[in-house]
Amino acid sequence: MEFFRIRKDIPFMRHALVFNVISLITFLLAIFFLVNKGLHFSIEFTGGTLLEVNYAQAPDLDKLRKQMEADGFTDTQVQNFGSSRDVLIRVPLSKDAETSKVGDRVMASLARVGAGSTADSPAVVAPTLKRVEFVGPQVGKELASDGAMALLLVVCGIVLYLAMRFEWRFAISAIIANLHDVVIILGFFALFRWEFSLPVLAAVLAVLGYSVNESVVVFDRVRETFKKKRGLTTPQVLDHAITSTISRTIITHGCTQMMVTSMLIFGGPALHYFALALTIGILFGIYSSVLVASPLVMWMGVSREQFVQAKVEKQEAVV
Amino acid sequence: MNRYPLWKNITVLIAVVLGLLYTLPNFFGEGPAVQVASVKSTHKVDAKLMAQVEDALKGAAIVPQGIVLDLNSVRVRLADTDTQLKAKDVIEKALNPVAADATYSVALNLVSNSPNWLTSIHALPMYLGLDLRGGVHFLLQVDMNGALTKRLDSIGADLRSLLRDKNIRHGGIGREGQGVTIRFRETETRDKARDILAENQPDLLLVDAQEGPDLKLVATLKPAAQKRIQEFAVKQNITTLHNRINELGVSEPVIQQQGADRIVVQLPGVQDTAKAKDILGRTATLEVRMVDDEASANASVMEQAARGQPPAGTEYYVERGGRGLLVKKQVVLTGERLTDAQPGFDNQTHEAAVHLSLDSAGARIFKDLTRDNVGKRMAILLIEKGKGEVVTAPVIRTEIGGGRVQISGRMSTMEANDVALLLRAGSLAAPMDIIEERTIGPSLGADNIAKGFHSTLWGFAAIATFMMAYYLLFGLVSVVALSANMLLLVALLSLLQATLTLPGIAAIALALGMAIDSNVLINERVREELRNGSTPQAAITAGYERAWATILDSNVTTLIVGIALLIFGSGPIRGFAVVHCLGILTSLFSSVVLSRAVVNLIYGRRRKLDALSIGQIWKPGLGTK
Repeated sequence: MEFFRIRKDIPFMRHALVFNVISLITFLLAIFFLVNKGLHFSIEFTGGTLLEVNYAQAPDLDKLRKQMEADGFTDTQVQNFGSSRDVLIRVPLSKDAETSKVGDRVMASLARVGAGSTADSPAVVAPTLKRVEFVGPQVGKELASDGAMALLLVVCGIVLYLAMRFEWRFAISAIIANLHDVVIILGFFALFRWEFSLPVLAAVLAVLGYSVNESVVVFDRVRETFKKKRGLTTPQVLDHAITSTISRTIITHGCTQMMVTSMLIFGGPALHYFALALTIGILFGIYSSVLVASPLVMWMGVSREQFVQAKVEKQEAVV
Repeated sequence: MNRYPLWKNITVLIAVVLGLLYTLPNFFGEGPAVQVASVKSTHKVDAKLMAQVEDALKGAAIVPQGIVLDLNSVRVRLADTDTQLKAKDVIEKALNPVAADATYSVALNLVSNSPNWLTSIHALPMYLGLDLRGGVHFLLQVDMNGALTKRLDSIGADLRSLLRDKNIRHGGIGREGQGVTIRFRETETRDKARDILAENQPDLLLVDAQEGPDLKLVATLKPAAQKRIQEFAVKQNITTLHNRINELGVSEPVIQQQGADRIVVQLPGVQDTAKAKDILGRTATLEVRMVDDEASANASVMEQAARGQPPAGTEYYVERGGRGLLVKKQVVLTGERLTDAQPGFDNQTHEAAVHLSLDSAGARIFKDLTRDNVGKRMAILLIEKGKGEVVTAPVIRTEIGGGRVQISGRMSTMEANDVALLLRAGSLAAPMDIIEERTIGPSLGADNIAKGFHSTLWGFAAIATFMMAYYLLFGLVSVVALSANMLLLVALLSLLQATLTLPGIAAIALALGMAIDSNVLINERVREELRNGSTPQAAITAGYERAWATILDSNVTTLIVGIALLIFGSGPIRGFAVVHCLGILTSLFSSVVLSRAVVNLIYGRRRKLDALSIGQIWKPGLGTK
């Protein structure tokens, strides 16, 4: 089996401008959604209390909401989680003390709903607690700043490494292409109001490293082609490099996506957004590393001399 | 030809065998067990206790599947959960005859079913995080300012008694904010006081100040001393928490410092957060009281006291070693006066001893007490939950001044260590707040394991099917390499006993999904070399060598991400990062070294090799081959 039967190098670079315009538009759209709608942060970042409870029978969420309101909880979110019998309750941080006891109070409130059910409506027994999370205000702020620091470290580390191994032009264009992926993932999370939690942050950073892989594989070929083949123009070299790695790019991404799809199907709600972030990241990763990073390198003026020079000097030294 | 030197083959073989060995315990699963741990650190868990447990079980005709003694607990493995419950009751009754005053905690637990020879080479199953096994997680913030003010309060009392001893008149001492202010009327007395304080209290920074006609001396703690006090406070709080949690009978609790001023407490299997919170926040204190020797010597009085009717003004306690004694109710000295307790040895008799340091007010009280009571006994009690225990009741031999007190006699080195720990750990050095709390039910934990496992399994199956269909024999080699990768990763996680969480399982899946990249790179390169007309053997060599540089570069960038997450991540992120980093390392080994070894084994020895089983190779212009 051979999927990719390519006779000639595909002239990707001829359409470089088009690709860059498409990227710019998606990028700006993502920014627009981020600014306009904002990210829906999980309680790990915002602070607050989260409860996951399980009922024997599907409860009436409205009743739960009303009872919670009557018991003095304002701004709470009550929603199903995974199945109709599992309920997720989010209580934001309140100013008054005893925030760490909110969990117990919510459970008491939920139990009261069970007691109030009448004979004709199906009795909702008190739920069993599956999970409680309480996060104080100090922790959330730190997480946000730690996340930002991690992103910064990743960006600096990758730029430095690529600049050392290749050329600064490669480093800059790779990181721009892949940050553009990150912004697009965040844009999706803002647009659909998906919950942005710690595992999603990990997924976003993992995507960043993974997409840089792609750029590295292409750049590696670019360097090799520059060294081996004389008489090719820079766009031709880039076309050749992309064409000869495209089958690997698609097969690898396909394999990783198989794993991620499996997580999306079997991983349940806990891994849902993690896998979703990875899916978007992988799909845009193919596009950006091939069709964004390479044109950027071309605009920045990469040329054969930058790679061959060092070799010539070496030979002279030997002679 | 493509052959590996012997040492390389052997390395690969050893790695795989070790991988198998250390992955093995994860397959045995866990069986029901009863865990016995000491509640009071004065009672050791040793072979004697193990024999006691064995006897108790024999008496009830319960046959345990194994009894293991480890550092701080005895674990009894049992056939099923019914016997587990029965065994728990039997052991509980045998070890704690009085339920209200339990010496040992007897808890239901799960232990690995893996055979003993595996355990003896430290091959243990992976350590599961709370989100996979259920339990409570607390993040506690130590109030550092609280630690300082507590210390400053006691320094204020010290200064008062110091100035009184030296006959220096002052206009009042009080703590104001983060300093102690002493008022004076004349400059000379202030100068004199400053000299004395500088000499006696090296931790204090003294600054002159004036407020109206009042002269003031403001004493603040030096930064180094502040840091030391705060570090000490966190350490002591951790020790205290350890002792308290032991009492809960939790198996394998985690109590760790996080950052400068935070403590993580994880209690697997605990569902009752209210009780856990109560125990974490409780205070314990130390008291020194005098023993009523006359009454204690009187047999009939003692007999009555043992039945719950002690003479007025005294309380009945059982000393360690079993002898009862009557202690006066009046408290002479409390644990607040204790600054440190360290185990050591008696200078003359070389017996094990505990050295206590009292603050200056405490030292003065202790000096008076010992001067007036030579020949009598005093008792050192630990008061917890309103219940007291006599830690030791030594006879006072001479007057003891200087605030250095030594407790010795009838103590082993081990006991001295425990008593010192107990005295140090009696109370919290600074108040704590819960700033993060997570409770995960046990069913959710089992659910999470199943979900993580199924994701990985089906993802792996899909990749394996595709690789074998697309690359034929080379695909099979890639799948072998990928399986080895998973094997080594799980083995490494088990060996390091890193905590496996749900994001960690996701990271395993992701690591596998990304690791296949290296094999795809290699296989594509080999195909390309063949397409360009290389001989099969040359194509293998060139394919692996050329792909190596690319594989290295792409893995380094991924590793940078892993390290960044490891440095800045906490909680679930850290679990992800650990697996992510380890996964990159194992994938480098398995996809390059191990897969090459397998390919060499298959093709390396053949001199005449016409084709490689790597799937169809299409050449431009020639059609298919």
